[in-house]
Amino acid sequence: MAKVQALDYDVDKYLEEQGYDDHFHEHEHGDKYKVSFISKYIFSTDHKTIAKQYLITGMAWAFIGAFFSLIFRLQLGFPDMDLSWLRPILGGWININSEGVGSLSPDFYYAMVTIHGTVLVFFVLTAGLSGTFSNFLIPLQIGARDMASPFLNMLSYWFFFLASVIMLLSLFLESGPFAGGWVAYPPLSALPQAMMGSGMGMNLWLFSLVFFVVSVLLGGLNYITTVINLRTKGMSFWRLPLTVWSFFVTAIIGLLSFPVLVAGFVLLLLDRLLGTSFYLSDIFIAGEPLHHVGGSPILYQHLFWFLGHPEVYIIILPAMGIVSEVMSTHARRPIFGYKAMVYSIIAIGFLSFLVWAHHMFVSGMDPFLANFFILFTLIIAVPSAVKVFNWITTLYKGNIHLTVPMLFAIGFVSFFISGGLTGLFLGNAPIDIQMHDTYFVVAHFHIVMGVAAFFGMFAGIYHWFPKMFGRYMNQTLGKIHFWLTIVAAYMVFWPMHYLGVAGVPRRYYTFDSFVNFSQFDTLNQIITIFAFVGFTAQLLFAFNFFYSIFYGKKVSERNPYRANTLEWSAPTNPGHGNWPGKLPVVHRWPYDFHKNGSDYRPQYVPLDPDERDVH
Amino acid sequence: MVGQGLKYRDDYRNATFHPQVFLMWLGLVSIAMLFAGLISAYIVRQSAGNWLEFPLPHIFIISTLTIVMSSATLAWAYRSYLRGWQRSYRQGLLLTFFLGVAFLVMQYYGWSELYSKGIGISGNPAGSFLYVLTGLHALHLIGGLFALAVIVYQAWWRHVQMSQQQVIRLKIISYYWHFLMILWIVLYGFLYFTR
Ligand code: HEM
Ligand SMILES: [Cu+2]
Repeated sequence: MAKVQALDYDVDKYLEEQGYDDHFHEHEHGDKYKVSFISKYIFSTDHKTIAKQYLITGMAWAFIGAFFSLIFRLQLGFPDMDLSWLRPILGGWININSEGVGSLSPDFYYAMVTIHGTVLVFFVLTAGLSGTFSNFLIPLQIGARDMASPFLNMLSYWFFFLASVIMLLSLFLESGPFAGGWVAYPPLSALPQAMMGSGMGMNLWLFSLVFFVVSVLLGGLNYITTVINLRTKGMSFWRLPLTVWSFFVTAIIGLLSFPVLVAGFVLLLLDRLLGTSFYLSDIFIAGEPLHHVGGSPILYQHLFWFLGHPEVYIIILPAMGIVSEVMSTHARRPIFGYKAMVYSIIAIGFLSFLVWAHHMFVSGMDPFLANFFILFTLIIAVPSAVKVFNWITTLYKGNIHLTVPMLFAIGFVSFFISGGLTGLFLGNAPIDIQMHDTYFVVAHFHIVMGVAAFFGMFAGIYHWFPKMFGRYMNQTLGKIHFWLTIVAAYMVFWPMHYLGVAGVPRRYYTFDSFVNFSQFDTLNQIITIFAFVGFTAQLLFAFNFFYSIFYGKKVSERNPYRANTLEWSAPTNPGHGNWPGKLPVVHRWPYDFHKNGSDYRPQYVPLDPDERDVH
Repeated sequence: MVGQGLKYRDDYRNATFHPQVFLMWLGLVSIAMLFAGLISAYIVRQSAGNWLEFPLPHIFIISTLTIVMSSATLAWAYRSYLRGWQRSYRQGLLLTFFLGVAFLVMQYYGWSELYSKGIGISGNPAGSFLYVLTGLHALHLIGGLFALAVIVYQAWWRHVQMSQQQVIRLKIISYYWHFLMILWIVLYGFLYFTR
């Protein structure tokens, strides 16, 4: 490898001489003067504070959701175990029989599975992931003072907070939270009398999610507008970091798909409250016919999955962006195929709207129509594969620093491949008809979406923690966290493929009545044990996170990773407005590593006379 | 202060592409998607059969004219503001507001006419869908009326000044209002032709 110079750029000099003067300091009142505790930490309009609020709320939900998964894993792995010790926490959710042995009540098993799914998909991997990083990185990386509307941005967080509070309240209802699965299919979700959680629990679930959608939309409007309108001078679209590209496309997907979910919810709400028959027809409860006629539950599935499938890309795209950025920086290599990456993001975003019915192959849909969805589902694998290829090529011959963010980024790619491959199986209706609603699907989406997105998120947290809090997280703990998590995650989800192929259905409380599934008893126990290992690793992470906020090693240099993007040109603890003086002006794309004999060239460094910004 | 945004110079952008106006456009896109979702649900449901056919209330024709007129008066108010014609600015705004209220009243009459013919919100989905589509439209219009009320109040009881900020505000409300007008025509046409 050619020798390179480890340059240090004098940021302040560049900013002063080259920067763009937007007269910010002449106008800056309010924030500098009136920083009461409330407007600084609670009702803050600073995108950096809002990002942290998203992150910490998301982490709280991640632990609640993960805790639930441990309990239902106990039920699946060790159904005969005495759970009476959980009574102090879970109260009536644990039944105690005449011999004093406690077991999880089936109703609450379903409730936990449902809340686990809802919370992780929406609150953690949507709000906690894209909410955090879009907020934190978009203005900093495009050279903006803040979002287009800091006020709407603040509202966005507080709607999320409201949604959280309502969901949390539903956990304390006597009849429990909603229990009909995170997809909330009618009739379980439409008939208040269908099951325990379908009454008040479902009402709260619906209201919570409607507020959540408002939050996503307010956030998304802002992200899109900010990227389009507030880029600093010289920051053309082809110079945006891949993080910003992915947040941008994610926000567009959300803007187009979440309203359709609301449409579905409105009809659901009317079926529940006003007795309409959008989704209900010919239903008998305890032998009594209900008055509903002419509705179709399939209609709900269409409306739900029209959001539901794009939603999985809303989750994964930000993680992809983060991984690209982290890999390039820690391998000291320009990202391979930058434009191909951007086109893939756009292609994925576009195609994600044309595949939703692959979740409905067994719903009795027209098999001819199914072909259309098979085709587009398989086509989506192409841009996905392009991205994987580019990540691997970026690493190839790179000067790889196995830092914690880099480890998680590599882990991301590993999981994305493993889980993406099973997607190809499921995308073919003939195979899916066998696999649908088995543990094969559970394995697929946990690996490709759940774990992979978490790895992207961890990569982002470890990488930008110094920028967020001015301190480093402990690297040794981080590495232990990584290895425990990757091993545990594979050990939990890999065996589920075998269960699924053998036909073990998902969402079952017990398999007592299926004699031939008893062959999987040991496997189920192993899965549960590794679920606990994985959870323990997350406790370690949480400890590292909070400990480091207060006692971590302080960041002494402004650009500790020698990265190229603009956030590292701002002071380590930027105030509201991000740059105290002029805004940086951009002269090049963000991946000039190892170019013309220098290790890295930040975006604010002008081109040399003989240099060109081609990529 | 709570909610106070950053003030920085953004004079390198023109007002059409002002970020706040752009935010409104995007908001309209999401509202359009909400209705697109409902309309496609309508089409899917209708093609499944068991669909009641009934004539739309006649008053919807008048309400259509009313909302078109309210859009026109708002456009008139906006132009008057730009030219500094204070009187017609004020009158245009007030007229828009009242036409908006009149539209709602007519919608209400339309619904009660349907209801008295036995087409309620529950019952055959053909009726339910009509109430949902027109009802959600009306809800959005009520939201717009609140915003209009603020502007009317400023125009009549506060000193009218020319300011860039006010132009942007008027632009935002106008886009929203015209959008609701077009949305109504689309809904009405859709309901009329695909009963
Ligand atoms: C190569 C690309 C992919 C293909 C072909 C694919 C295909 C499929 C199919 C056909 C199903 C339905 C299985 C069933 O219910 O029977 C499915 C489920 C699912 N996929 Fe994928 N997938 C792909 C990538 C992804 C990605 C990238 C994510 C998320 C980031 C994802 C998340 C999910 C989720 C969450 C479910 C299950 C939802 C549920 O039923 O609860 N998939 N996938
Ligand atoms: Cu899908």
